[in-house]
Amino acid sequence: MTIVTIVKQVPEAEARVRVQGGALDLAGATFVLDGMDEYGVEQALRLREAGEASEIVAVGYGPRETEQALRTALAMGADRAVLLEASGLDDPLTVALALAEVVREAGADLVLVGGKQADWDSAALGPALAEALGWPHVDWATAFTLSGQAFESVHEIDDGSETLRGSLPLVVTTQQGLNEPRYPTLPNIMKANRKPLDVRPAATEESRSAARSYAVVERERRRVVLEGDASSAASELVRRLRDEAKVLG
Amino acid sequence: MILIVVEHDQGALRKSAFELVGLGRSLAIASGARLAALVLSAAGDDLASELARYLDEVHLVRDARLDPPRAETVTRAVAHAAQTLGADVVLLPASRAGLAYGPRVALRLCGSLLEDVTSVTFEGDTVVATRPAYLARVSATVVAKAKPVVVSVKPGAAPIAALADTSGRVHPLAVPFAAEDLRLEPSARQAVVKGRVALEEADVVVCGGRGLGSAEAFERQVVGLADRLGAGVGATRAVVDAGWRPYVEQIGQTGKTVTPKLFLALGVSGAVQHLSGMNRSGVIVAVNKDADAPIFRVTDYGIVGDVHEVVPALAAALEGPD
Ligand SMILES: Cc1cc2nc3c(=O)[nH]c(=O)nc-3n(C[C@H](O)[C@H](O)[C@H](O)COP(=O)(O)OP(=O)(O)OC[C@H]3O[C@@H](n4cnc5c(N)ncnc54)[C@H](O)[C@@H]3O)c2cc1C
Repeated sequence: MTIVTIVKQVPEAEARVRVQGGALDLAGATFVLDGMDEYGVEQALRLREAGEASEIVAVGYGPRETEQALRTALAMGADRAVLLEASGLDDPLTVALALAEVVREAGADLVLVGGKQADWDSAALGPALAEALGWPHVDWATAFTLSGQAFESVHEIDDGSETLRGSLPLVVTTQQGLNEPRYPTLPNIMKANRKPLDVRPAATEESRSAARSYAVVERERRRVVLEGDASSAASELVRRLRDEAKVLG
Repeated sequence: MILIVVEHDQGALRKSAFELVGLGRSLAIASGARLAALVLSAAGDDLASELARYLDEVHLVRDARLDPPRAETVTRAVAHAAQTLGADVVLLPASRAGLAYGPRVALRLCGSLLEDVTSVTFEGDTVVATRPAYLARVSATVVAKAKPVVVSVKPGAAPIAALADTSGRVHPLAVPFAAEDLRLEPSARQAVVKGRVALEEADVVVCGGRGLGSAEAFERQVVGLADRLGAGVGATRAVVDAGWRPYVEQIGQTGKTVTPKLFLALGVSGAVQHLSGMNRSGVIVAVNKDADAPIFRVTDYGIVGDVHEVVPALAAALEGPD
């Protein structure tokens, strides 16, 4: 059984994101494999180790630099990688349609994809990819087991959690709690450089939605530090919340 | 026409339903479009009748296969309704469920998706929205380029609609569900103990971090203060990972986004992934023993001190005369 694990290259969480004349300025930012996708790569590796999968294909969509994220996935243990090279930040529906082609070509029965992207703050790719493939999906999985074609997964819903059962094919969106992703070892990083990474231009249709401009959202905050011992600071806080901010009755 | 998809829980419409009605009304007025709401329910039609006091046209899909709700059955029903009714815009809540079926509906309708938006307007014929990006460090203005446009709206993005002077009609709608919509078998739903205001619907949120030190201290200080304030309880990922609190209380990139009028962060460091879930709150208060903690960069009122001293003092001050 082949597993496709989708990876994305995103700016580090600590990176400063600036806006210049409505455009995004990511100069100086370090880019990394999206943390949410790492859980998917790790889950694929565990399924292979348990004898449930024979091949793991890491697939990326984005600029040439996405190769680095794919190399990280290869260093973690994926067998081969495919990059659909595209310049812009296309919307998740457009990306899903392009990725679905690669999933079909790989003959995969299971696709793992990060639950929420750290650049577009989107949770849409997994469900959209499932729709493009005509498959069901499990979102926000915190547990996933496979036995042949039959799976069982626990996932988070609005008010708690739920267990889902079914049989492959399936798209799963991954998140914290699913597993603890491994760090690539140095020998594996060396090995990863020799694993096949196939780069091709993404043959996508026009994006169905696009970002027109960006703005920094930081709100003005009062940034008052209340001095004194615990009880006088607390009384002053309650007074200010009532009289100044008017958020307490 | 504009179609609103409402969500309900345990026989009551969720707060998001009234926010969407408010938003739908203003978009309908601005564009001259017709407005209708869609209720998906496995039982009774009380919810549809209640909704008909807010707008003229309500469509009700009543089908046992909608319980428990699955992304695929909901997708089928919403896409079918949108097609049958000729919707140009579909508004749905950016709940965890809405974020899962929204993209499927948009793709099935060959339309576009504006996801998790904080505002939405028409510019002529075009739907334009704003939404957070880059872990909510920036806000992006996004433009839909294909119709119909599916828009998932963040909780708190629109004011609650007032009751209209109307007695609208409820129209039954049958949906041709397919066997493939029922491929996943849900079982063992663990609802988290309720009895407290839902996190996304709370006016005040008290959020605790690892600085509390233990599950017991979290219960005593954070939950204790929340109960006193009638507030929702939130937690950081560090707290959830430690098993002190359930995942549904997590706030941040991989948890919930909240926009209460008042947010209290107790023993929370203020990591970027956490800020992305609370930085649009009205007034932010932080208690942290480290004066250099990043959380103080986004707070209105800060107290540098030990939560174990400050929180009891705060509880006492709240009791005191105003
Ligand atoms: C992919 C990814 C997604 C993530 N998603 C989320 C998310 O959704 N939500 C989230 O919260 N995090 C998320 N994180 C984790 C995030 O980076 C932080 O690790 C986390 O928010 C830290 O939680 P904390 O503030 O409770 O703990 P810490 O960072 O350990 O901070 C504890 C704070 O308490 C203070 N303190 C200690 N003792 C006391 C005391 N007695 N009195 C007062 N103050 C005290 C300390 O000074 C410190 O500032 C994510 C990380 C990744 C990589």
